[in-house]
Amino acid sequence: MGGGWAALAGGLMPAFLLGRLASLILSLIAASVVIFLILEVVPGDPAQFMLGMNAEPQTLAALREQLGLNGSLLSRYLGWVFGMLHGDFGISYTYRTPVSGLIADRLVVSLPLAIYALALTLLISFPAGIFAAARRNSRADLTVMGATQLGVAVPNFWFAMLLVLLFAVTLRWFGAGGFPGWGDPWLALRALTLPAIALALPQASILTRVMRSALLDTLGEDYIRSARAKGLSGRQTLWRHALRNALIPVLTIIGLQFSFLLAGAIIIENVFFLPGLGRLVFQGITQRDLIVVKSVVMLLVFAVIFVNFLVDLSYAAIDPRLRRRR
Amino acid sequence: MVEIAMLPAERPDSYVRAALRSPSFMIGVVITAIFLLLAIVSFFWTPYSYAALDIPHKLKGPSGQHWFGTDQFGRDIFSMIMVGARTSIAVALIAVGVGVVVGVPLGLAAAARRGSLLDEIIMRANDLVFAFPALLIAVLITAVFGPGAVNAIIAIGIFNIPVFARLSRGAALTLWTREFILAARVAGKGPVRISVEHILPNILNTLVVQVTIQFALGILADAGLAYVGLGAQPPTPSWGKMLADAQTLISLAPHTAIIPGLAIVLTVLGLNLMGDGLRDIFDPRLRRNRQ
Repeated sequence: MGGGWAALAGGLMPAFLLGRLASLILSLIAASVVIFLILEVVPGDPAQFMLGMNAEPQTLAALREQLGLNGSLLSRYLGWVFGMLHGDFGISYTYRTPVSGLIADRLVVSLPLAIYALALTLLISFPAGIFAAARRNSRADLTVMGATQLGVAVPNFWFAMLLVLLFAVTLRWFGAGGFPGWGDPWLALRALTLPAIALALPQASILTRVMRSALLDTLGEDYIRSARAKGLSGRQTLWRHALRNALIPVLTIIGLQFSFLLAGAIIIENVFFLPGLGRLVFQGITQRDLIVVKSVVMLLVFAVIFVNFLVDLSYAAIDPRLRRRR
Repeated sequence: MVEIAMLPAERPDSYVRAALRSPSFMIGVVITAIFLLLAIVSFFWTPYSYAALDIPHKLKGPSGQHWFGTDQFGRDIFSMIMVGARTSIAVALIAVGVGVVVGVPLGLAAAARRGSLLDEIIMRANDLVFAFPALLIAVLITAVFGPGAVNAIIAIGIFNIPVFARLSRGAALTLWTREFILAARVAGKGPVRISVEHILPNILNTLVVQVTIQFALGILADAGLAYVGLGAQPPTPSWGKMLADAQTLISLAPHTAIIPGLAIVLTVLGLNLMGDGLRDIFDPRLRRNRQ
């Protein structure tokens, strides 16, 4: 796999990379236009919308000025986008502080939470999926598959509530919510543990199923039979050949899952009262602070698009055939 | 009369036999039927009015009078679950309907005009929607229009469109290379007629499986949105809202949190089992490959 990355970086296939990069930029532009249209054009007058019907004319005029509503749509859009490129997300109307600062404060909770949950997802699903595939149709396989069937049916916020009931209220191993900050990393990780488990459960169930079926698919291929014929044991074939080829569908799902983890984090943060992006966006909605909502949504969509861009690149690193296709 | 070219070995009567032999499918059907029945019956009858307050009997555990106990206002939880089933099923079902009605024609059109500008536009638009998880769409919509069941339907529905567009495009593309489609083209049928008369009937199985899966995802999404207050608004009971109310009471009255959660899990589990079973029944080859 290292060779694949070197080939990517060494510019052996710049056309592929440039193509992906162009589509990344186009997707980001399209997404930003959609967000801008929904939050700035649909409400009619965003300043009136944010302040309500009984707003004082002076306040309204001041907010209009602050939002740049006196300019044309195009200049407002460009101002927003170029501001974000320079790290300027505007000033929150309710908090009266730069949105970039608010986002930075919240990101140190939400991002570690999503990564923690993704790590748990991989730690659970890789062994479980490989185990189930290696012993397909055994009782162990059926048990794992049954557990995943249940795992995908459980809403993660409900699972989170049950975790709180068991580990926080009854056993008192963890706090029921809140976040102490990163001053003491151990305490911070402890506060994120139950939320991460709750987030990881459904995703781990999905990924276990994907891992298992991708492995079973590749185990049916001709090159696997060849590997067996040249004398490799079943276990050797699984680890050396099947696993690498099964990684493509698995990676696709991991890329998709990251977006579900980020979105799921929005809900889970509410269960555990974590001061993350999710809480920020909901406060933004209830306080009609469109400046905050706009920036946070754009940031989350950026994360989703960027992760899928990375997944696309990693396909090429894993499977050299894909590099030639475009 | 419209002739439908059915591929061999996909005769409906053999489906019924396969269905009766598939235990997971039958379990899924029974669970789903129970919740559908609860939802339908709730239109005519519930043990109590779901809105009837009875403060003296609040937070009572399950009993003969209140099968699932009462909530913090003394409302009958069983009645609320029945009406909540109605809300959840309606939101998820309409949202899937939006996905099918918009997504399938888009997918069929993209496949019929493979490689054209139309195909490119449809697929790129799909990619764009995929970048917005359902929850973010809901956030955008509610930020402007306020929360409510209709906005939850729109958010989940928009999320479903690319799912069905991609699925039907992919399935249709393989069919377009088949001889019976070629024959229809030689006979002078246009792409629209071929898509409707020959492609659609042959991808119906795949679509039905996906409908059950998206239905299950829709129930989960609706519960999540209602939980954070972006779904159906009080006094309309919804499972997600019931869980949100139960959160602070969980140590005091665990049944208020456990029962609505179990309702969601069972409904989703039933639909997923049904979907998996349907996939095996429709595609016996897949079943053999898996074993």
